[in-house]
Amino acid sequence: MPQQFLAQGGAIPMPQIDYGAVMPVLIVLSAAAIGVLLEAFLPKHQRWSVQVTLSLAAVVGAGVALGAYLSGAPDGGVTTFKADGAVAGAIAVDAPTLFLWGTLLALGLASLLMIGDRSLEPGGAFVSQAGLQGGGLQTRERANTTGMQTEIFPLSLFALGGMMTFVAANDLLTMFIALEVLSLPLYLMCGLARRRRLLSQEAAVKYFLLGAFASAFFLYGIALLYGYAGSVKLGAIAAATAGTDRSDTLLYAGIALVVVGLLFKGSVGPFHTWTPDVYQGAPTPVTGFMAACTKVAAFGAMLRVLTVAFEPASWEWEIPLWLIAVISMAIGAILGLTQRDLKRMIAYSSIAHAGFLVVGAMTLTEDGLSATLFYLLAYGFTTLAVFGVISLVRDANGEATDLSSWAGLAKRSPLVAGVFTFLLLALAGIPLTSGFIGKFAVFSAAIDNGNAALVVIALVASAIAAFFYLRVVVLMYFSEPAPEGPAVSVPGAFTTAAITLGTVATLVLGVLPAFALDWASAGGFAP
Amino acid sequence: MTILLAIILLPLVGAAVVAPLRGNDRLATATALGFSLATLALVVPLWLSYDPDGARLQQTSSVDWIPPFDIHISFGIDGIALLMIAVIGVLVPMIIGLVGVTDKLPEGRSAGGYLSLILVQQSLTIAVFAATDVFLFYVLFEIMLIPMYFLIGGYGGRSRQYAAVKFFLYSFLGGLIMLAAAIGAYVQAADQLGEGTFDWQTLAQVVPQAPLTTQIWLFLGFFLAFAIKAPLVPLHTWLPDAAGEAPIGVVVLLVGVLDKVGTFGFLRYSIPLFPDASQELAPLVLGLAVAGVLYGSTLAAGQRDMKRFIAYVSIAHFGFIALGIFAFTTQAQVGAVTYMLNHSLATGMLIIVIGMVIARGGSTTISAYGGMAKLTPLLAGLFLIAGLSTLSLPGTNSFVSEFLVLIGSFDTQPVFTAFATVGMVLAAVYVLWLYQRVMQGSLRGDALLGAAGGPGAVEAPETGAKKTIRDVSWRELAVLTPLVVLVIGLGFYPKPALDVVNPVVGETVSIVSVTEGSNE
Repeated sequence: MPQQFLAQGGAIPMPQIDYGAVMPVLIVLSAAAIGVLLEAFLPKHQRWSVQVTLSLAAVVGAGVALGAYLSGAPDGGVTTFKADGAVAGAIAVDAPTLFLWGTLLALGLASLLMIGDRSLEPGGAFVSQAGLQGGGLQTRERANTTGMQTEIFPLSLFALGGMMTFVAANDLLTMFIALEVLSLPLYLMCGLARRRRLLSQEAAVKYFLLGAFASAFFLYGIALLYGYAGSVKLGAIAAATAGTDRSDTLLYAGIALVVVGLLFKGSVGPFHTWTPDVYQGAPTPVTGFMAACTKVAAFGAMLRVLTVAFEPASWEWEIPLWLIAVISMAIGAILGLTQRDLKRMIAYSSIAHAGFLVVGAMTLTEDGLSATLFYLLAYGFTTLAVFGVISLVRDANGEATDLSSWAGLAKRSPLVAGVFTFLLLALAGIPLTSGFIGKFAVFSAAIDNGNAALVVIALVASAIAAFFYLRVVVLMYFSEPAPEGPAVSVPGAFTTAAITLGTVATLVLGVLPAFALDWASAGGFAP
Repeated sequence: MTILLAIILLPLVGAAVVAPLRGNDRLATATALGFSLATLALVVPLWLSYDPDGARLQQTSSVDWIPPFDIHISFGIDGIALLMIAVIGVLVPMIIGLVGVTDKLPEGRSAGGYLSLILVQQSLTIAVFAATDVFLFYVLFEIMLIPMYFLIGGYGGRSRQYAAVKFFLYSFLGGLIMLAAAIGAYVQAADQLGEGTFDWQTLAQVVPQAPLTTQIWLFLGFFLAFAIKAPLVPLHTWLPDAAGEAPIGVVVLLVGVLDKVGTFGFLRYSIPLFPDASQELAPLVLGLAVAGVLYGSTLAAGQRDMKRFIAYVSIAHFGFIALGIFAFTTQAQVGAVTYMLNHSLATGMLIIVIGMVIARGGSTTISAYGGMAKLTPLLAGLFLIAGLSTLSLPGTNSFVSEFLVLIGSFDTQPVFTAFATVGMVLAAVYVLWLYQRVMQGSLRGDALLGAAGGPGAVEAPETGAKKTIRDVSWRELAVLTPLVVLVIGLGFYPKPALDVVNPVVGETVSIVSVTEGSNE
């Protein structure tokens, strides 16, 4: 390598960049950078409005750029995107990438709306100074003063930009950098809850420590794979796997470590241990953002890595992933039954859903890919709306997430209970919701691929999981309300918009899913 | 738009109209009754336009739904579906007529919500019988659970939450397993035609070509869902709880109509799609069926609670139906299909009459009653008619069906049939014993005499009975009269039902016997 550089006289050749293709990422990341500058220069009382405007405009602008690129594509059709990586092979803007970008931007927009909401809690769901310790009367007073840490907006944009890069990364190093860009802001965001500071800070530390471990695994895996293949490019690893006499130990260990890193981010059991605590402790809008967008990013990247780099070695990782899918579904479904806190319950539900997603991700057929992409889209909207609704039900101490306080909710606010019931039925996978179509698509792809036994296990897990969703429905409709139960806040425009978006998407994707299934099956990964 | 689509949509419109009428129970009941009678009126042209010797599926309509999976919203009926739709049409106005009289809603609940759920349930149940796309059938099969879940959970008895969740989870699990099998059938079609489909008619041609082991797995997937629904022993345990807790009208709907989806599924899906597997596994199904007959009958005789009694009676009857279906003779299967109709009428009537008894006495416990015939002679007479039809006395509708099932099954399955015949004797035991305990003898029981101090404990001086206990009212009589006419009428003249059913059943039986011939 050094000789090469010398031969070129030390000059590094300028890579060819297709700016149109990567414009959405550039917009999001530069808006994030501008947001940081605004924090430094704007007076405190102006920050919130400017930051909200900037970040919403950035996400919408990125969406417009994505749309412009789609319509300006060579043949005007969705299927004919450049198959070759746009930026010297480090980023591949292919059909799945575009689908995932669209998904991430839509979910990111809804999350930002929830993050920006100030109607439910005076001053927003976030603390005014991240350094505030938990406990103590003084702290509580200061925490309750209006004003919020507006860095949350650039942080969200950085995370979003990182996720978009993550799903498009075509070599492992880019992927690692994107992983860090998306993770570090999330660690911080978890610690910013206005109420229950200690839980929030505990969540942040726990997520950071375990996330750092996972990143280290991932990086070590990259090193081993580089040692095996002599390259970090996904395509080159696949080429090296096909028929060589190199050490298989390096390959297997490398695959294992890289995949473990990804499974951690996707909160797949048994690498899920951070999920319940972090989901519970983080401010609810951030939890929604993590549950929806991080899952999309992690599984988007996993799909690409498994398909592009590791497909030739599929017979090596199929059985372990099979087991992991079963473990994740079992942990999510069974431990979900025992939860008393709604946010923790949804966390276990997300672990069960991660298991279903693994079933889809390990099905390396066209149908498997499109089914998993659709599932991600559907699940993201539903879970985001779920957290939106959870943020509405409040008592004097903030959100009332204990299950018992939701008893009899339908009597007091039938609309909220109705929407929440619909969303829970979607999570359970009842027909006419997006959750069902997602499950159906994934399971039919898996059966088609000869994995019927796994599908039967998944179906049993779905039925078990349905029990704890139903338990909430039972509580809301058939139980008497507690005398001093929580009140349902009337949401402001932002949260209303986010919940409506999520609910409508859940319904539309459940009743008329054909258009989204078409998008999802527009094409495969670039080699 | 076909008449069939109108029948599916009309109750939905009715539900939308009735739901907002929360303040005015009488108006809501009248409106709902109007919609259900209009639906019943539409059944008449549907019946008349059905040609028994025509195509298997009539009144067909189809719209694309999810093209990537070749899924359609397509409806159509055969003779069996027609019978079931007619029964729903007859029963729902009665259920609505009982609201507020026999069927009192819990305190503080308005009739609007209850009635709109009943109408939604009616629409979905008709749709499930009419679906001709396997995927659509599955979707409706699961969606159908939701209104029933709220009906049991929202308006039921003391442990209604437990019953509602148990009901939902059993059926939901069964449905999911069926979904896996439906996808399996889709994949079979994809293998053979190069393109998967969920269209029932295409699948009925393609899937029987699949190898026997595949067929057996797929059969078992569908079978589990239907055996839970129809309840066959040992998958029946949700029914006594659900029937014990649900309000009377909902029990009629649940036992009379919803559970028939299971036996209907055997006829429409299990046998035509997997004929070889049906042959292979018939002894298993027959074993469960006969076990159900004996177990249901025995437990019915031992029940202390009248509503749970009905559940066990139904389990026994579903055993008979399953026996007739899987005996694979035309006679037995015709018997089974008409049994589906007659069970709805006979048991439906029995449930309504028992509901009237409970509404008067305020207790579901059998031992709280005794000698009631002295107070309510007319009700006792109706009770006896319903009971005799339930035990298949000649001259009532059920006799024709049960006789056909037994005589038809005896040809091919003499051993199973011999055991099932014991069920007929047990039926006489449990029905007559119940009648004797509740209606005959000297006046006795807390429910009738009224415990001291309770509300309604005002005693009529001459008998010592509660004053509130009166004989059948005009409105209740109006609900029951059509049932009495049907029960006795179909007992002497079952031809209309048999005519509609015969060709379809002949076709279903021939599917199995043809493949049997080719195997040998």
